[in-house]
Amino acid sequence: MKFLALSTTALAAGALLAVAGAGQAQAQSLTIVSWGGAYTESQVRAYHDPYMAENPGITIINDDSSANALAGIRAQAQAGNVTWDLVDMLPSDAQLACDEGLILEIDHDEMLAAAPDGTPASEDFLPGSLGDCFIPQIVYSTVMTFNTEMFPADNQPASIEDFFDVENFPGRRAIQNRPGANLEWALFADGVPIDEIYEVLETPEGVDRAFAKLDTIKEHLIFWTEGSQAPQLLADQEVSFATGYNGRMFAAAEVEGQPFAIIWDGQIVEWDGWVVPAGGNNIDAVMDYLYWATDTQRLADQAKFISYGPARASSAALVGEHADLGIDMGPHMPTHPDNYQTPIVLDNDFWTDYGDELRERFSNWMLQ
Amino acid sequence: MAQAEAAAGPAGGPPGGPMVTADGVPLKTSLRRAERRRKITALLLVVPLLAFILLTFIIPILEMLWRSVDNPALVRYLPNSIEVLQEWDGEQLPPEEVFAAMVEDLRVGQESRTIGQVAVRLNYEMSGARSLFTRSARSAEDFEPPYRDALIDANPRWGEVTTWRLIKREGRPLTASYYLSAFDLTYDDHGSVVRQDENLRIYGQLFLRTLVLSLAITLLTLLLGFPIAYLLATLPLRYSNLLMILVLLPFWTSLLVRTTAWIVLLQQQGVINSLLVGIGLIGDDGRLQMVHNWVGTIIAMTHILLPFMVLPLYSVMKTIPPSYLRAARSLGANPLVAFVRVYLPQTVPGIGAGAILVFIISIGYYITPALVGGQSGQLISNLIAFHMQNSLNWGLAAALGSILLAGVLVLYWLYNRIVGVDNMKLG
Repeated sequence: MKFLALSTTALAAGALLAVAGAGQAQAQSLTIVSWGGAYTESQVRAYHDPYMAENPGITIINDDSSANALAGIRAQAQAGNVTWDLVDMLPSDAQLACDEGLILEIDHDEMLAAAPDGTPASEDFLPGSLGDCFIPQIVYSTVMTFNTEMFPADNQPASIEDFFDVENFPGRRAIQNRPGANLEWALFADGVPIDEIYEVLETPEGVDRAFAKLDTIKEHLIFWTEGSQAPQLLADQEVSFATGYNGRMFAAAEVEGQPFAIIWDGQIVEWDGWVVPAGGNNIDAVMDYLYWATDTQRLADQAKFISYGPARASSAALVGEHADLGIDMGPHMPTHPDNYQTPIVLDNDFWTDYGDELRERFSNWMLQ
Repeated sequence: MAQAEAAAGPAGGPPGGPMVTADGVPLKTSLRRAERRRKITALLLVVPLLAFILLTFIIPILEMLWRSVDNPALVRYLPNSIEVLQEWDGEQLPPEEVFAAMVEDLRVGQESRTIGQVAVRLNYEMSGARSLFTRSARSAEDFEPPYRDALIDANPRWGEVTTWRLIKREGRPLTASYYLSAFDLTYDDHGSVVRQDENLRIYGQLFLRTLVLSLAITLLTLLLGFPIAYLLATLPLRYSNLLMILVLLPFWTSLLVRTTAWIVLLQQQGVINSLLVGIGLIGDDGRLQMVHNWVGTIIAMTHILLPFMVLPLYSVMKTIPPSYLRAARSLGANPLVAFVRVYLPQTVPGIGAGAILVFIISIGYYITPALVGGQSGQLISNLIAFHMQNSLNWGLAAALGSILLAGVLVLYWLYNRIVGVDNMKLG
């Protein structure tokens, strides 16, 4: 009993303190969930720090939980205690959360800033990127990368077909331990035209064909789980090829000086952006932040720190040099015309429908 | 008790009559009271621990067991369709009233944003069910009777009997489908239980592998830990203290650091391979693959779990008088016989404790296999984590977890029958 009474007193005291604190400075803290590492760093420098400088009453707390964002939002909604104010997540997960009513619907033209020339937000964001509940920030891509030191200078790989060619381009390859991107590449290398890849994958024969193609290099594969493993394996020369996110590969190559080269052929392009969990305590403050942090200039600013393309058409012209290295960021963007020759745009509808089954099959295939 | 006796002393009741304390209470009653008070104090002391265990251990386990069969989505969010489907025999396409009820449910589900939960639930059983529900729900407002044609127009899957059989089957508050999946079983089109397609069988294999790897790790820790524990127990205190610090040192290092250190040592361009190439034992193109496969899992986990074997062994060996071995020798046993027949049997409680500790920890190990295991060194807990965090199929994760729990209990029972839990000494 004493234990209970004590803890109740402590709780009451804590609540009192909290109320007093809020009254005094009107300080408010926003918990923003993102992917951690270089990506969060770019958001802190482009968005959080300038915003806090303009709004001294706001403190932004970073939480690196985006890898498990949907699980977290679900758990918080079930527990009735939503502590995340703004979450960075992938559009497929955002669509699921939206269908389940876990995140707020967004009225794009109402809640987001127009472009400087007055183009409303719904037209300024790249086609197909906005979701009912989803506000894109960047275009990123999953790319094939190789270590240039592991191949002779006159025989460097240049395409996804080369990735599947272990005769001419020996060495082990690191791919992610899930089917997304890998099955698309298998079919692409097997000669399926880009705009038919998902049609083929919807058929059982197409899936068999993709796995059969992967079988041809299976004994040379190792599988990574965390995004940071891929550049590490490649830098250690554990593998000669690794798939990975283009921003991390850029950071390893340009910032750390690793001898990496990116094969833009068949890059898998996807959006990434913000969602607002329903039932949070700071909705008004978050909406104010969102309006500011997704305007044309801010999205262009983020590209100074990481090589992901801004999701607004009007931002593209404002992308300049890397803030620390001073190199031109344009050629490192997935959306740069030179790089955007043969992109595969990830089909989220396909993966939300067939993901459960294909992930099981992929796990099974990895085990055999 | 001592107090009560002391109090009874000076008062000294009349000889022959009942003994009483100083204030006249019979000694028996007074003693009983003191005893009860002490019991209550003792209970109060353990109450926080009991409450803690209840809150953080028993209740979550019960919730996990519940989740593995709980199936609320369809019953809650497709109430009309489920009700009229009860009448349907499952042979031909259901009648128009079922389609009308479904459209009603879709409209309500779209309005209240609950249809997503139905979609996610059914997509575990049938690929494509997610878009079937969410897209139909989005256009449900515009559907005109006859609803049967409207729905089939919107998505041909509404015209397949298997879709409706699935909805009817999962329209019950409890489901066995998570357990079926966990045992690599599934329902066929007619609702009878069959083995999963060969390409989709994962879990049986993984349970078996988890068992085999855990046994191998237990055996290795025993082989490596036994001599260390023996040294610790027999060396002079000065040296054994130093050795003990070496055994405990890994405990003070972060698990992630230790695991990453193994990657540095074992990888193909790593320390060990480079050393072997350097002294010419293997060629540069013949570097051994010792990490990112099951070998890595075994090496790293054996190292990490070694103290859990050494410490119970040590505490038992410390109590075995060295004179026993000397006695055996002086009675004519050679060193091997003395060891096997005199020393070893006395260490069995320590071996038992260490083995069960290491085995049970390793059967649920997660982070080390995830980092060094590659694809052939993954354990069942890695898949449970995957379903918790990535595929978000918490029901399946709960079913796998429950099976793991049941498996450990069965093994523990077996162990109790063979070795005897009383025969175990943890320190």
